[in-house]
Amino acid sequence: MNWILDVYHTCAAHFPTLTMAISLLLFPLLPLIIGVAMYVWWERKVIGWMHVRMGPNQIGPFGLVQTFADVFKLLLKEVVYPQKANKALFLLAPLWALVPAFAAWSVIPIASHAAWSDANAGLLLLLAMTSMGVYGIIIAGWASNSRYAMLGAMRSAAQVVSYEVAMGFSLVSVLILAGSLNLSDIVNAQAGSKGFLDWFAVPLLPMFIIYFVSGVAETNRSPFDVAEGESEIVAGFHVEYSGAPFAVFFLTEYANMILISFLAPILFLGGWLSPLQGWITADVHWTVNWIWMGGWPWLFIKFFAFATAYLWFRATFPRYRYDQIMRLGWKVFIPITIVWVFVAGCMKYFGWVTAGA
Amino acid sequence: MNRVTGYFKSLMLLELWAGLWLTFKYLWRPKYTMRYPMEHIPKSNRFRGLHALRRYPNGEERCIACKLCEAVCPALAITIDSTQREDGTRRTTRYEIDLFKCIFCGFCEESCPVDSIVETAIHEYHFEKRGENVIDKQQLLAIGDRFEKDIAAARAQDAAFR
Repeated sequence: MNWILDVYHTCAAHFPTLTMAISLLLFPLLPLIIGVAMYVWWERKVIGWMHVRMGPNQIGPFGLVQTFADVFKLLLKEVVYPQKANKALFLLAPLWALVPAFAAWSVIPIASHAAWSDANAGLLLLLAMTSMGVYGIIIAGWASNSRYAMLGAMRSAAQVVSYEVAMGFSLVSVLILAGSLNLSDIVNAQAGSKGFLDWFAVPLLPMFIIYFVSGVAETNRSPFDVAEGESEIVAGFHVEYSGAPFAVFFLTEYANMILISFLAPILFLGGWLSPLQGWITADVHWTVNWIWMGGWPWLFIKFFAFATAYLWFRATFPRYRYDQIMRLGWKVFIPITIVWVFVAGCMKYFGWVTAGA
Repeated sequence: MNRVTGYFKSLMLLELWAGLWLTFKYLWRPKYTMRYPMEHIPKSNRFRGLHALRRYPNGEERCIACKLCEAVCPALAITIDSTQREDGTRRTTRYEIDLFKCIFCGFCEESCPVDSIVETAIHEYHFEKRGENVIDKQQLLAIGDRFEKDIAAARAQDAAFR
């Protein structure tokens, strides 16, 4: 392994800025990409189990290498361009979807103020980045020059924009209570002595549910996956994509799912805080202290629960009809969120909820 | 009043929770999947797979070249040539089955007066070259010799129903 260090030191001596930039990029991206691969495997396993099947179990132990095999297959395949496609935009679209999905990761903290960019307006950046992703989908649908792709892109865009409103309102209620846009501050505002009762999911329970449901809709996942409704529009915006660009779209979708599954605990379930916070304060040993003192394992446990919930939904619910999705977004979620933003304001104003320990 | 309670009921997502609970229960069910090359589904003793020609315990081949199987074969998959051996018995000189034509109906086995041609439980075989699909008398007898025990056991189990 020493030669890797040698290469690193040589590069760092000659091109310090470039080496720094590349290593800063690789550190979050590699775990994310591997995480996506594991997530895809876990999805196929969980859905298989719920179908009383086994899921992938041949390639590698428990089929763990299956996703990597699939990815390599996709990367080695020919990229087919539709004859009348706008080639430049056609290739730009998957990147345009991917880059915001990755960029949003820069502000996700895994412990107090331990993020790649501990930005003041982290929540704002997240909203901006998740909204940027929809451009990739629209461009993909337009550049493919295919009716199905266009229909899928339009559906996806309309859906994402509608649910962005409800999601934005639920985030507003969080930041009213936390009094900050910085994600670490938001988590720290949920610290306290009453265990999990201090988390924002308790005063903001409807917002918490609406946030996650909107997140599912935002990422175009089942039961809101009309954007790629197989029965009507084949595969939606990525019908015409094959090979590596398709793999990039796939990666984007799952990276976004992981992002939403990380954000839900950070915003509503106290991130790395323990549900036993304040109830037990014993100092036993650092290997078990995190169970009641809080620490990054809690964040990952919560993330895992949400990530699995995504797959659970997919295995359970039939796809919504398009008008039902719009009805749910505009006529149910948005009124509830507006009311609850007001309630959250009252909670803050009258001091029913205090931020921070 | 009903509309109001219905509205709040739908807000509680009760039906969705019921659905989630159902799939959650299914998550822990034992799986139906048979891991095929490692595991096998039990086979009936009447399974009709690859053919074989049997022998009597003294080593004499059973087939007397009556050609009933050739006559009954609906797919015309069996070809038989026969001759008279030195000891005066009638024997086949050629007994070929084209496995591409064969529909594995089992009529040959039923028509055989001496239980010579049988269909064994073997179903995992393949051909690599053109022409290998036609198996001749030697191959059929070899299959019969090799799996005589299984063939006889399956016939014994089913004897009461024949």
